[in-house]
Amino acid sequence: MLFKKALSFSLLAVLTLTSVTALAETPEQKGLRITKEGDAKDTGFGDFTANMIMTLKNRAGKTSRRIIRSKTLEGKGDGDKSLSLFDEPADVKGTAMLTFSHGLKADDQWLYLPALKRVKRINSRNKSGPFMGSEFAFEDLGSQDVEKYKYKFLREEACGGGMTCHVIERVPAYKYSGYTKQVTWIDTKEYRPIKVMYYDRKKALLKTLQATGFKQFLGKYWRPASMSMVNHQTGKSTTLQWSNYKFKTGLSSRDFNKKSLAR
Amino acid sequence: MKMNIVKHTPPLLHGVLVSALVLSSFVVQAEVSGNISLEGRYFNSEGAFPNQQKNGGVSISVQPEYKKTWNNDRIKFTFSPFYRWDENDKERTHGDIRQLDIVSSKGDWDFQVGISKVYWGVTESQHLVDIINQTDGVEGLDGEDKLGQPMARISRLTDNGSLDLFVLPYFRERTFAGEKGRFRIPLVVDTKGATFESGSKEKHVDYAMRWTETFDDFDVGFHYFDGTSRDPDFSKNAPVVINGIQKIAPHYPQISQMGIDLQYTGESTIYKLETINRDFDDSGIQDYTAVVGGLEHTLPAFENGSEIGLLAEYHHDSRGEKREVAFQNDLFVGARYALNDENSSELLAGAFVDLDNNTKSFRVEASRRLGKGFKLNLEAQAFTDVGKSDPLDAFKQDDYLQIELQKFF
Repeated sequence: MLFKKALSFSLLAVLTLTSVTALAETPEQKGLRITKEGDAKDTGFGDFTANMIMTLKNRAGKTSRRIIRSKTLEGKGDGDKSLSLFDEPADVKGTAMLTFSHGLKADDQWLYLPALKRVKRINSRNKSGPFMGSEFAFEDLGSQDVEKYKYKFLREEACGGGMTCHVIERVPAYKYSGYTKQVTWIDTKEYRPIKVMYYDRKKALLKTLQATGFKQFLGKYWRPASMSMVNHQTGKSTTLQWSNYKFKTGLSSRDFNKKSLAR
Repeated sequence: MKMNIVKHTPPLLHGVLVSALVLSSFVVQAEVSGNISLEGRYFNSEGAFPNQQKNGGVSISVQPEYKKTWNNDRIKFTFSPFYRWDENDKERTHGDIRQLDIVSSKGDWDFQVGISKVYWGVTESQHLVDIINQTDGVEGLDGEDKLGQPMARISRLTDNGSLDLFVLPYFRERTFAGEKGRFRIPLVVDTKGATFESGSKEKHVDYAMRWTETFDDFDVGFHYFDGTSRDPDFSKNAPVVINGIQKIAPHYPQISQMGIDLQYTGESTIYKLETINRDFDDSGIQDYTAVVGGLEHTLPAFENGSEIGLLAEYHHDSRGEKREVAFQNDLFVGARYALNDENSSELLAGAFVDLDNNTKSFRVEASRRLGKGFKLNLEAQAFTDVGKSDPLDAFKQDDYLQIELQKFF
């Protein structure tokens, strides 16, 4: 009898505790929950292709351009697979890069060098390094898997264009990141990533990324038309202009085979 | 009766035909690209052999590429001729069809027919398993320039690799520096007098099979080749005098070869290995096994994004210390410095050391983009302590500096 009472008492205690936790969600839990909700909204796209013009601008205002076509295949149970084909600058025309992203584990990456017709597997340790000399690091352009960061919800605030944003701090959980933290602005309605601020290894503000011109595809998936990265320490900037988004184009894992790089 | 359909059709039908043409060209894409290069070479010393060019000179090369694709790139046609003019060496002035082929991809299958190039292997300082294409020997010292190879290929794609079958119906002879050229053996090579073990000579049909696959952090390759050796043998033919010049003709024996290439890609260190076993049909030529293996270690990036990679590779050949064997017990060490800047500036410096006879050769390669469409390449090599029995003995006077300006279009 006494035992039964004790049991029901502890059961009650457990129930009370869980409901209290649900009510008093910690900032870390809230940050993770919002990120997962945003991730869920973008699942099921299957595959998409897009064209990208990357414009690099130095402090003196001098610009140079890269043109890249990209193909992405949504991962099932693993990260996405992506293929980047370089059209410009002319000396790297025909170069291709294949990436299998894996969350916390280092990405697998193969580079195709057209002059030698060589497919070369490369390591992705220095993901903090600049992509094609731009202000985007490899890790900024890689697949943003949920498990790649630890999250903390900071606040909710207006973020322009009549939108309200969740402001979430995230700390890279993968090795060799160039950042100590990032602060992200995600709009509360559609979970679009509007802005990211990057803090370097000395915890100083390094860069700000601003995405604009979002369009919705297949009535579900939002993609930006422009992404602008400004480096506050060097005064340099890089803008990505995206166009020709196409979803569910019928790509399969065969199009993301290292042998198809030379195709 | 011959009829021009477009000319003799009524306007309405004409319109339909034109729009059909426009529609069909919608899925066809064609483009022309390529490069033209101006190269200058400077040699520090006079040549070791009579009549060799003194201090170098200039050379111009051009390689355009026409590409046309159909059906979402499922069918691809490529034509890429190459031509080089050299101020000094008649043999280095040469042309080649680097590519003239059609590749068709359907599901898990690839079909290719025409002239093309194929690259196999993983190591940096020697390309042991890369056997399909003949080396365009007059192009550069690193052996990375290849002649177009006529081929038919069928590939079955696997998870992340493929099984490839090749039929190679025509053999390409290696190109060699002429009398006035540098980087040559003491005797001028008589390419016109080349001999073959096979009675079909250069028309001997070669076969090759290759399988590659990725297993997590490992990339594995295996190949089998049966046919004419790409490496000439200079011990079979006796020297002859042609127009007062002592010449020697290359001999191309029949071989069967098996090889493995293996790479383990760690987060900061990559391990690489290539090995071949070559059997000669001719029992008078020694069969051999050769290995090259080593690692590439990437150091953490500097704050400005630049990075350094360290390379070390060891070479072994079972034939041992012989004049015709370049890498019997040799070590390569090098460093690659990539600025990762807007101009893709890069520097590679390395040294080969022969551990048997102490011959050393130092090599530097640097490149950067120069404005829109231009690229500047720098290359230098020096040979020191060259042993009498080392193949580099013939090149010991050929320390050089090369500057190349490329325009891409």
